[in-house]
Amino acid sequence: MTITTAAPAGTPPVPGRGRRGRGIARMCLRRALFAVPLLVVVSLALFALAARSPFDPLAGYLGDRYTTVSTADRQRLADELGTGQSWWRQWASWAGHAMTGDLGYSRAYAQPVTTVMAERGPWTLLLSGVALACAVLAAATLGLWAARRAGGLVDRAVTVSATLVQSVPPFVLSLASVSVLAVGFRLFPVAGLTDPGADPSLRQVSRHLVLPAAVLALSLLPWLVLSLRQSLRAAAESDAVLGARARGIPESVVLRKHILPVALGPFTTVVGLRLPELLVGAAVVEEVFSWPGLAGSLVTAARELDFALLAALTVATTLLVLAGSLLADVAHALIDPRVGRDG
Amino acid sequence: MRRLCAVLLTVSLAAGAAACTAEPGARPEGIVLADGDELGGYNPVAGHGEAGDSKIYDGLLRLAGGEGLPAFEPALAARLPEVSVDGLRWTVPLREGVTFTDGTALDAADVVATYRAVLDPASASPLATAYEMIAAVEATGPHEVRFTLRHPYAALPAKLLLGIAPSERLTGGLASESALNTEPVGTGPYRLASLRPDQAVLVANEHYWDGAPQVPRLTLVHVPDDNARAQRLLAGEVDGANLPPRLAAGFADRDGFEVSANASADWRGVSLPAGHPVTGDPAIRAALNRAVDRRAMVEHVLAGHGRPASTPLPAVYGPGYDIGAGFEHDPAAAERLLDAAGWRRGPSGVREKAGVAAEFTVMYFPEDTLRRDLAQAFATDADRIGVRVHVRAVDRAGVPGRLPVDAALLGGGDLPFDPDPQVYKTLHSRYADPAVGSAYDNASGYVDPAVDEALDAARRTLDPAERAALYRRVQEIYLEHPGYVMLVFLDHTYVGADTGYTGALPVLEPHSHGVNWGPWWNLREWTRE
Repeated sequence: MTITTAAPAGTPPVPGRGRRGRGIARMCLRRALFAVPLLVVVSLALFALAARSPFDPLAGYLGDRYTTVSTADRQRLADELGTGQSWWRQWASWAGHAMTGDLGYSRAYAQPVTTVMAERGPWTLLLSGVALACAVLAAATLGLWAARRAGGLVDRAVTVSATLVQSVPPFVLSLASVSVLAVGFRLFPVAGLTDPGADPSLRQVSRHLVLPAAVLALSLLPWLVLSLRQSLRAAAESDAVLGARARGIPESVVLRKHILPVALGPFTTVVGLRLPELLVGAAVVEEVFSWPGLAGSLVTAARELDFALLAALTVATTLLVLAGSLLADVAHALIDPRVGRDG
Repeated sequence: MRRLCAVLLTVSLAAGAAACTAEPGARPEGIVLADGDELGGYNPVAGHGEAGDSKIYDGLLRLAGGEGLPAFEPALAARLPEVSVDGLRWTVPLREGVTFTDGTALDAADVVATYRAVLDPASASPLATAYEMIAAVEATGPHEVRFTLRHPYAALPAKLLLGIAPSERLTGGLASESALNTEPVGTGPYRLASLRPDQAVLVANEHYWDGAPQVPRLTLVHVPDDNARAQRLLAGEVDGANLPPRLAAGFADRDGFEVSANASADWRGVSLPAGHPVTGDPAIRAALNRAVDRRAMVEHVLAGHGRPASTPLPAVYGPGYDIGAGFEHDPAAAERLLDAAGWRRGPSGVREKAGVAAEFTVMYFPEDTLRRDLAQAFATDADRIGVRVHVRAVDRAGVPGRLPVDAALLGGGDLPFDPDPQVYKTLHSRYADPAVGSAYDNASGYVDPAVDEALDAARRTLDPAERAALYRRVQEIYLEHPGYVMLVFLDHTYVGADTGYTGALPVLEPHSHGVNWGPWWNLREWTRE
């Protein structure tokens, strides 16, 4: 799914390659410009919503001491920590510092936000990247296999199991896989990034990555398989494909040149749209597998109203989703030349 | 969801028994514990080790374990403190020749700096209220400090458990932004060797003033999920963890594991606000205390790991606790009390008096399932004697404003090593005013001049026998006219695997209970078998 993929030959008449490249470049620029006001609006909305949230930022800061700290001391703490200010003042102060690269301190982790993100971010990217890649590969394989004969045994088996997996929440998948594969048969470690006390070497991390990445991939899989199967079938039944078959073009060529380009387009869009879902799944999987990632930190930051961390993670997530959907659209435009580039 | 987890765990217990083939990977030396709490935050000013549970820092005093109320023994203090006749000045001589793990020597300036940082509003220390009785702390010599108090406070030794950090590292500013959170420097039995988001490695302090500990290394892994901690124990990845009672019970019959429970003064009870026509009524208060089946709550809600509570003081206070049987479960007597007071059953079964129906609301924090379960058990018991209780989840921010009119399922016991913090703010009439102290202090608006007098007298005298008599008096009066329905004290449960080390002692635990407590609270004293 890289942008360097050449446009498939033999497709209907389309603008020349140079013009398409320029169109895609313009789309990227337009989206980048659009991202700036969007980030401002998202962060403003975050601070405004958090101000109306029933949670008290001091409850997160004080923990069990919340009920014993006197009202006067609580007021002093709110003044020192700046949690008592109006939400737009807090936003202005946060945005001003963020412009200069100072993302502030995370109260929940008692560390600079940049340290929290640098220590945990790579592990989340590794986990979700591997899971997404596995899910896409598996979905492509299963989808193609199932779509070869609509209504056949494979098709029905894939559809039924995808629906079943879709109906099981990720935490149940996690617990079940740990119970059977890690505790029962001791094939994999139960949880953690490494064995206790070990350094995060390639061998250690890859061994510990298998189960959480597999569970996360499995939780993403059903949507991808079902949508790919659907679009493959729709493409296979289109007039163009029927015509191609009627002209006697070999089945392999029909699949490669007529069905796949049309069907993979919507599939890349679905992959792009599932990115937020990936993050939600990662939060659950990180918690169950004690994986020291950022998705879990996002939940902590939201629960404790740790503004500095919450704002940084929300903005980062927004950027990630924007980049993901842009990448998907670029891929879609490259795969299926009929697709417009934002008009 | 909880049941599902239990089923899955049972399956894995069975599977584990069937297929114990693969051997566990190479294990680090020493002991590996799984902690549900976040790692880091090792700054005493930010609240780390307030109750003397730090492995990295020492306080002026430390706890001596064993059954009953722990005694205090000198740690960084050379001897127990000397107190002036008026009880306002406490002088503590310091142990000489003690060094921090950065090589600097401990002196009075470090103690002064630590306590001043806690009291300094600019550090926004969460401990400020807990140390409000201290007016000043100053060095009276290179190895002597003096605390000057705002009022006589016999329970001060419990405030001398706080870990001492080097003055050079207490640079002012917010406690949550101090470098000590991730690079702690203390005088304690262990020092932090490495810290990752998922793992902290502590190694024995070879130069520890009380002798280097025999357990050479303590590896703490952060495992937020209860089930995951249980499973990592089963798989042999960790040697111990804190577990909720139901999960801990699954290890009771397994070889190589030991389930332990430490008593705590961590109470749960229902406040009965004086400002509400039903909960403020003395007959209702007395009747509810006899209507609740505390033993059933311990059995069913706490899976047996707890004790019934009639007052905020648990039996562990020994001579300071002598209240006979407390409140017995006697619904018939409760009904007689209500009948005699004029609360008559109405057509719907709910009692009424002068047009007021016997109903009120009990609030609990939404995410706290234990409080929810106890509130529901309380409502069921109250319903049997014709008092209708509405159980309602209210977020923390919404609770304080409603405490004067709505009942709430509250808890306490965060620093239980003296009876004073356990009862003073709960029962003293000064705290009945919501504007004084925290809104949660004396949330019932309990006022009894004789109780006030006894509580104040117990702060003034240092004589243990006299203090015990005063606290007994408080409980006698309270049992006559209760102001809350105290329900239970919790026991904290832990599971440990056999490690070849011994030395665990029971200890009374405060509200908090990570793996800093449990059998491992005195790890420095453990020895190789």
